[in-house]
Amino acid sequence: MVQALSSEDIARRVARDIPNGAYVNLGIGMPMLVADYPVPGREFVLHSENGLLGMGPAPATGDEDMDLINAGKQPVTILPGGSYFHHADSFAMIRGGHIDISILGAYQVAANGDLANWALPGPKPPAVGGAMDLVAGARQVWVMLSTHVAKDGAHKIVQRCDLPLTGLACVHRVYSDLAVIDITPRGLVVTDMVTGLRAEQLQARTGAPLVFAESCRTLFADQAA
Amino acid sequence: MIDKRVSSLADMVADCPDLRDGAIVLVGGFGDAGVPDKLIETIRCLGLRNLTVVSNNAGSGDYGLATLLKAGCVGKMVCSFPRSAGSIIFEELYAAGKIELEIVPQGTLAERIRAGGAGIPAFYTATGYGTPLAVGKETREFDGRHYVMERAIRADVALIHARTADRWGNLTYPKTARNFNPIMAMAAATTLAEVRRFVDNVAPEEVVTPGIFVTRMVEIGER
Repeated sequence: MVQALSSEDIARRVARDIPNGAYVNLGIGMPMLVADYPVPGREFVLHSENGLLGMGPAPATGDEDMDLINAGKQPVTILPGGSYFHHADSFAMIRGGHIDISILGAYQVAANGDLANWALPGPKPPAVGGAMDLVAGARQVWVMLSTHVAKDGAHKIVQRCDLPLTGLACVHRVYSDLAVIDITPRGLVVTDMVTGLRAEQLQARTGAPLVFAESCRTLFADQAA
Repeated sequence: MIDKRVSSLADMVADCPDLRDGAIVLVGGFGDAGVPDKLIETIRCLGLRNLTVVSNNAGSGDYGLATLLKAGCVGKMVCSFPRSAGSIIFEELYAAGKIELEIVPQGTLAERIRAGGAGIPAFYTATGYGTPLAVGKETREFDGRHYVMERAIRADVALIHARTADRWGNLTYPKTARNFNPIMAMAAATTLAEVRRFVDNVAPEEVVTPGIFVTRMVEIGER
């Protein structure tokens, strides 16, 4: 039986892969979960593009301060060593290559690393926020997919995105509920896969050719940490 | 003696020729943090039309920027994220074709404003290259990478929310309510700041916006 990961399992695994000392920006939504899984003995600094380094966890009920919010407009806290700055400085950190890892959600990721995560067809106004700046400026871009394929069965990992692009050839790694995939010059390289899933099954759920790393590891839900 | 403090919101907008129909207005804030709600309300009462409002979000609920939109004062929004939870009034106007929207990546928006304040007419950024938001814009290659040319934003009026100010207009900001406020203060012909508390003297090392950028200020009290 395929043991797909929960969003929390994925977040725990992502947190484990962040090196000590990294400056990391977490996108709105699922990537925010990564903050809930600190790794003992390791320190990374969370950047929030609305002008905060050293973002801490949500405050206790009653301690919310609406002057202290994150990019998702939720109340947060600031950790010792943190700082506040204005938006131009915040995006100088991003655009200037000072953010080590940007972790984002996605509608589609292409085999060449193209990303689409900001606009869907429909009457709603588009909203890009800081996504285009993050993918253009961060040293590494990691994408988290709560499910490897969309609810309607459509591939999220595709040969070529057909939704409006956020950035070209910018994604370095994808974490889904089924696998961890590096985007490399030799293609999509599967480095980790959940237990119970065969290579051809993962390939069938992916819209572009996969290469399986010789050292491909098993990704266990209960041992993701 | 220089004293940029005025005693009422009405005095903030009196004899201010930059506040006129068709003006470009920078409005500070991100989400609900650092939004100059009192100044927005004061501007709304002037009944101006066809304003271009530059602000990260397009208001939410029925307060702040949303009231200016609802009153029909705004012809165009320039923002990065108009789709926040509760941005109902903007979405209705947009669906009805009653408001123009220019979507700008958030960092490009910040840098366009910063450049406007710094006297730089345009700059190149890798942000947005190859995406729909770069269509029609000049591009150029530097050192093997592609960049998009973006124009500076210079405004008639900036509306700012600050924490403390002295009579010279030196400002500090509360926590992440700083956001766009300091760069917007630099990029307008007239900069109006609502301030929670006036103080005798902001310590020079703590000044975030030096008074040179500020035109007038009013004290609005702590939240």
